[in-house]
Amino acid sequence: MTNPNIPLATASTVSLIAAPPGADAKAAAVASTPKMSAKGLDFYYDKFHALRNVNLDIAEKKVTALIGPSGCGKSTLLRIFNRIYSIYPKLEARGQVLLDGDNILDPKYPLNRLRSKVGMVFQKPVPFPMSIYDNVAYAIRHYEKLSKADMDVRVEEALRQGALWDEVKSKLNGSALGLSGGQQQRLCIARAVALKPEVVLLDEPTSALDPIATGKIEQLVEELKERYTIAIVTHNMQQASRVSDYTAFMYLGELIEFGDTTTIFENPTKKMTEDYITGRYG
Amino acid sequence: MVMAASAESIAVPQSDETRARRDGFADRLFRRIVAGAGIFVLATLAGVALTTLWGGREAFATFGFKFVVSSDWDTVGKQFGALAPVYGTLVTAAIALIIAVPVSFGIALYLTEIAPPWLRTPVAAAIELLAGIPSIIYGMWGLFVFVPIMGRHLNPWLNEHLSGWPVVGALFSGTQYSIGLGMLTAGIVLAIMVIPFISSVMREVFLTVPTRLKESAYALGSTTWEVAWDIVLPYTRTAVIGGIFLGLGRALGETMAVTFVLGNVHRLSLSLLEPGNSIAATIANEFAEADSEIFRASLIALAFLLFVVTFIVLAIAKLMLRQMEKKEGK
Repeated sequence: MTNPNIPLATASTVSLIAAPPGADAKAAAVASTPKMSAKGLDFYYDKFHALRNVNLDIAEKKVTALIGPSGCGKSTLLRIFNRIYSIYPKLEARGQVLLDGDNILDPKYPLNRLRSKVGMVFQKPVPFPMSIYDNVAYAIRHYEKLSKADMDVRVEEALRQGALWDEVKSKLNGSALGLSGGQQQRLCIARAVALKPEVVLLDEPTSALDPIATGKIEQLVEELKERYTIAIVTHNMQQASRVSDYTAFMYLGELIEFGDTTTIFENPTKKMTEDYITGRYG
Repeated sequence: MVMAASAESIAVPQSDETRARRDGFADRLFRRIVAGAGIFVLATLAGVALTTLWGGREAFATFGFKFVVSSDWDTVGKQFGALAPVYGTLVTAAIALIIAVPVSFGIALYLTEIAPPWLRTPVAAAIELLAGIPSIIYGMWGLFVFVPIMGRHLNPWLNEHLSGWPVVGALFSGTQYSIGLGMLTAGIVLAIMVIPFISSVMREVFLTVPTRLKESAYALGSTTWEVAWDIVLPYTRTAVIGGIFLGLGRALGETMAVTFVLGNVHRLSLSLLEPGNSIAATIANEFAEADSEIFRASLIALAFLLFVVTFIVLAIAKLMLRQMEKKEGK
């Protein structure tokens, strides 16, 4: 996959496993217990080669931010982690993505188990056309048969984790479509964590929200990382530096640089990373 | 240059005023025309209702309420009652929807979620072509191809296996099932006729469901079926029910195809395998033979009843929809 015409190609080996010693000493520290890791991952939208030999570890109970200009493949990468891409024809991932050591790209890996372990929250808030209560209960019902009382407990717990309970406890049977954008997004987070996942994927979760709602979500991410491993795609540099422990910078389908967030933002090794972070392009 | 510019700027307010006056006039005219188009619908509806009511006044005056509850249809003794055709109309339309709605749902779901992209457009076009086939063709096909099949195979089988059952047995009893004409046959032909309408509406509204909504359901571990049933259908419910109304309206009023395969017998029978009658088929069949004033009035009164029946059915459906929405707390 390495194309000598692309000067950055070698950079895609920036990962703990394939990285040259020294250059990524900081990244290596990440990998004590990677919850998920992509190994030699390539991705194709039919004929378009969207990801090139990506190697990346997602550390357990930390926040890993994926940054890069539009079209760099960061969302694509995130969408591989729960195989959501597989609902469309002609998309193909090659390589490995390990979750606790098991390759989730193996067709034998049960999709149901994957989706219950790896939750996802999308760019725009997407409440289902049902009540607030049912939005959360709907997710749980896929996996567990609970009595009404147990379900009430689980729904409340999830809504509390989504920092939404106090705002909606009096109108649980109202339509979720009546909530504000920020509330809807927190409902989506509550819905995702209701399944007690191990990993939560956030695909630009605040890009459709105002600054106050964004602040609430960021605070929520801070709380959630005590229980969950989080990977977040964001266009917002400040957000990445505020919420994440590790940052991966991607460009044109390749992982350019990966390391702990402070290093990436204050002392990046690659010129390209620096240029992007300081807003010179992207 | 300066002169020209100032002359222009002086001229501006005047032309502005004329322009505003002209625009105001054009806008009012446009509103009237559009309002006229809207009122046209109400006027047509009222016209049809009043004309049929007036034309059928003699039947209503002579038989009164008995016209609706009696199943007599004695052209010689001049006793007319609409119960058999009303019943036939409702039953055939019900059979049609029971078959057409699930099939249409399947077609629409397949075309929007499951079929490979290259197949979607041709099949969608084929559905629209089916919708354009004249009903006389369905009628001829029904009579020459489908009726013999029903008479020889399906009806005897149903009669043999189901007529002994409690409650539903009555629907499949009778002795004339081997002719093949009857309400079940008519209902199935009607179903085939309304499927293109219902499925093309469903397909179009299913396409409006945002991708991200479906994705987030898949991301929670939903299967394709669960996404369709729990997300796509509730999201598009109002439009889907609208599409079903459209099919229902057609099924209630369809004339030609039903006339061919229903049997046109004025007898009230519970059995779906026996020949029956419907309002539209009765009118089409007997209008030319209506030799007395009361006979003709009765047929026009039937037309009015069809109008009333359609109205009641659609009103009930609307009420049910509102009830469902209320339950959801919208």
